[in-house]
Amino acid sequence: MGRYVIRRLLQMIPVFFGATLLIFLMVNVMGDPVSGLCGDRTCDPATTAQLKADFGLDKPVWQQYLTYMGNLFTGDFGKAFNGQQVTELMGTAFPVTARLTLVAIVFEIVLGISLGVLTGLRRGRPVDSGVLILTLVVISVPTFVTGLLLQLLLGVKWGLIKPAVSPAATVDELLVPGLVLASVSLAYVTRLTRTSVAENARADYVRTAVAKGLPRRRIITRHLLRNSLIPVVTFIGTDIGALMGGAIVTERIFNIHGVGYQLYQGIVRQSSQTVVGFVTVLVLVFLVANLIVDLLYAVLDPRIRYA
Amino acid sequence: MRGARHAKWAAVATAVALAATACGGGGSGGGSGDAGVLSASWGDPQNPLEPANTNEVQGGKVLEMIFRGLKRYNPKTGAAEDMLAEKIDTTDSQNFTVTLKDGWTFSNGEKVTAKSFVDAWNYGAHVKNKQKNAPFFAYIEGYDKVHPEEGQATADTMSGLVVKDDKTFTVKLTQKFSTWPETLGYAAFAPLPKVFFDDHDAFLKTPVGNGPYTVKSYDKGSAMSLRKWADYPGDDKAQNEGVDLKVYTDYGTAYTDLTAGNLDLLDDVPAAQLKNVKNDVGGRYLNTPAGIIQTLAFPFYDADWNKPGSEKVRKGLSMAINRDLITDTIFEKTRTPATDWTSPVLGEAGGYQAGLCGAACKYNAAEAKKLVAEGGGIPGGQMKISYNADTGSHKEWVEAVCNSINKALGDNKACVGNPVGTFADYRNQVTQQKLDGPFRAGWQMDYPLIQNFLEPLYATGASSNDGKWSNKEFDRLLKEANAEPDTTKATAKFQEAEKVVAEEMAAIPLWYQNGSAAYSERTSNVALNPFSIPVYNEVKVG
Repeated sequence: MGRYVIRRLLQMIPVFFGATLLIFLMVNVMGDPVSGLCGDRTCDPATTAQLKADFGLDKPVWQQYLTYMGNLFTGDFGKAFNGQQVTELMGTAFPVTARLTLVAIVFEIVLGISLGVLTGLRRGRPVDSGVLILTLVVISVPTFVTGLLLQLLLGVKWGLIKPAVSPAATVDELLVPGLVLASVSLAYVTRLTRTSVAENARADYVRTAVAKGLPRRRIITRHLLRNSLIPVVTFIGTDIGALMGGAIVTERIFNIHGVGYQLYQGIVRQSSQTVVGFVTVLVLVFLVANLIVDLLYAVLDPRIRYA
Repeated sequence: MRGARHAKWAAVATAVALAATACGGGGSGGGSGDAGVLSASWGDPQNPLEPANTNEVQGGKVLEMIFRGLKRYNPKTGAAEDMLAEKIDTTDSQNFTVTLKDGWTFSNGEKVTAKSFVDAWNYGAHVKNKQKNAPFFAYIEGYDKVHPEEGQATADTMSGLVVKDDKTFTVKLTQKFSTWPETLGYAAFAPLPKVFFDDHDAFLKTPVGNGPYTVKSYDKGSAMSLRKWADYPGDDKAQNEGVDLKVYTDYGTAYTDLTAGNLDLLDDVPAAQLKNVKNDVGGRYLNTPAGIIQTLAFPFYDADWNKPGSEKVRKGLSMAINRDLITDTIFEKTRTPATDWTSPVLGEAGGYQAGLCGAACKYNAAEAKKLVAEGGGIPGGQMKISYNADTGSHKEWVEAVCNSINKALGDNKACVGNPVGTFADYRNQVTQQKLDGPFRAGWQMDYPLIQNFLEPLYATGASSNDGKWSNKEFDRLLKEANAEPDTTKATAKFQEAEKVVAEEMAAIPLWYQNGSAAYSERTSNVALNPFSIPVYNEVKVG
């Protein structure tokens, strides 16, 4: 187990370098960012030269990348164009997005798995068909439509929530955005759990458990669910990374000043330091989440052993 | 049934949670908690909040509240009026003596002296400080020493600025510029307190100025709380207790927040909502002219666009654009078809002259087709109008303009749009002269003077003359206008120069842009100044 974890951690190193290099090159291809700083006029040449030297943009790309990587290992993520340290931006953005992701994941787990079990055990009944149709609707409607619709109904028409989240972004404010963010994944979790539960419900070990006269609750939680959750755990694990980085739409709609917002602004302003820094951290989150998922397999299924 | 119970519990939990949020959400009505404080929409300023480094509206909003300069532009008329200046004297339009009024201090108690101005201007001009508005000091003698085109500065201060005593300083310009005092209302010319130089980081955290508001707290990237400065010595005291600026990730969200009653003032109503805004907020909607003109510039560096007869092609293209139709349908009348190269906010006296463009700015398909053909047709048979696709609704109008041109010329392929992904990349292509067709050019005035609509855009080698248009006659008239001490005569000269632009159709004027704003029920006396920034200090709350 320990050796497995170390091997996986070592594998992350090339992935990390490859990903950052790609992002770095992509941002660079977009062209010289300084010319966007002076509005509809041309920056005067002397100031442009100073700014470029300041951000290290006057050097060749490979050298910029090396300097950037060197700084990265001393914890220096560079500066955004508005003079703020990227680490400072991260310090405000990541906790917010982490909270939002957490809310979304809780929705996925609680609602998604419960609905999945419910429908899986009642295959073909009205409940099952009803939930199936509902998930189909949720999956086919884009997030920004659900988001804007809920914002308009709950926020403006019925006045139940504030349509825009305050900068503090407390958990109670993030419930509706979290639900919107989770909605599509939630539908997938429901469907995955349903199929898996329905399949395993006819397995031999469940029949044995029933024959032994075990209480139904114990059969479902201990025997059926534990075996049915493996694909679901994989899905939720990879979803953590996707939710953290992919919340751009939800964050914009609900005015959440998180990672998605900072990334969007970084891209629009072509602030390479911001974009590369945030994506680097996201890559790390993704890698770690994947590792945890793999380790969880062993917990859920004792037959899986890592060496 | 047992399986179902879990789901039920989850549902109940969600319902409870939603109800809990509801308690925190509704009811408060006007956004911020404090009485008499209005909440207003904001965007993250692009640059650090230094007066000489702020060149966009979001940072400009803060500067408008916390700084006052020698002059201030009247929020209604745009006229430059003395603020901190007692008088600005000159005998030769080149050497100016500035005398300050008594009794002005910064909000930290420090006196505003002649040195506060001279130090601030020297800081703004010096190349090592990387201030984006540095070129505004270029008229002052010695600028080329502190801000050379290349390499290091050879002086620390500009020789043209001399402090005489606490209340007086003199300015020597490199050329005659009679209307120079009128430019001093621009934010870059604001005075700066000592803390700006001694503890720069502290200043950036909580900027200190001499305007009607003080910064109570600044949460970078998300909010700024400004409160009325009770001891403000000026006449334009704040009519409300303060302003809470809130950064929105998206102006659509800010609009929703306004309609839900959580926001008091939204400037710049999003284009998608222009159709609904009158219904949504009742009469509490402003749509007033701003000092912004949109034009189509041409690549005069490209020989194909700069040969004898090309001006006929440009005039023809101008006549092929149905401005009225586009401003009505796409912009919902938040733009006005342009008939000259300045802006209505200047007023007749300031040099705005409706109809100066004449027939060339009126839609006339037959004449357009004829002129373009006479001029040798569109170079290469097809032109691409370049624009940046990330902001504004440029895509919509560029397509509409092309549509109008294609229809008028009877050629479906005469004009196509050429979107560029980001603004920075677009500016890159413009400055590196990579574009081989007309391109979008917007101009937001720095100060309400006709000079500002002509010199930076059309003078030979000027900073924003991106198409590299050059005309000796125009340059000569401009120089004469700048030297003319009498303002009325100077304005007339500038208009003469503008006529040269018209004859040559150096750029196609499209439309004047308006500023828009919507506000809540509890606010009144809301107005936008000619720079489309809300006049915060005059807003009444409650």
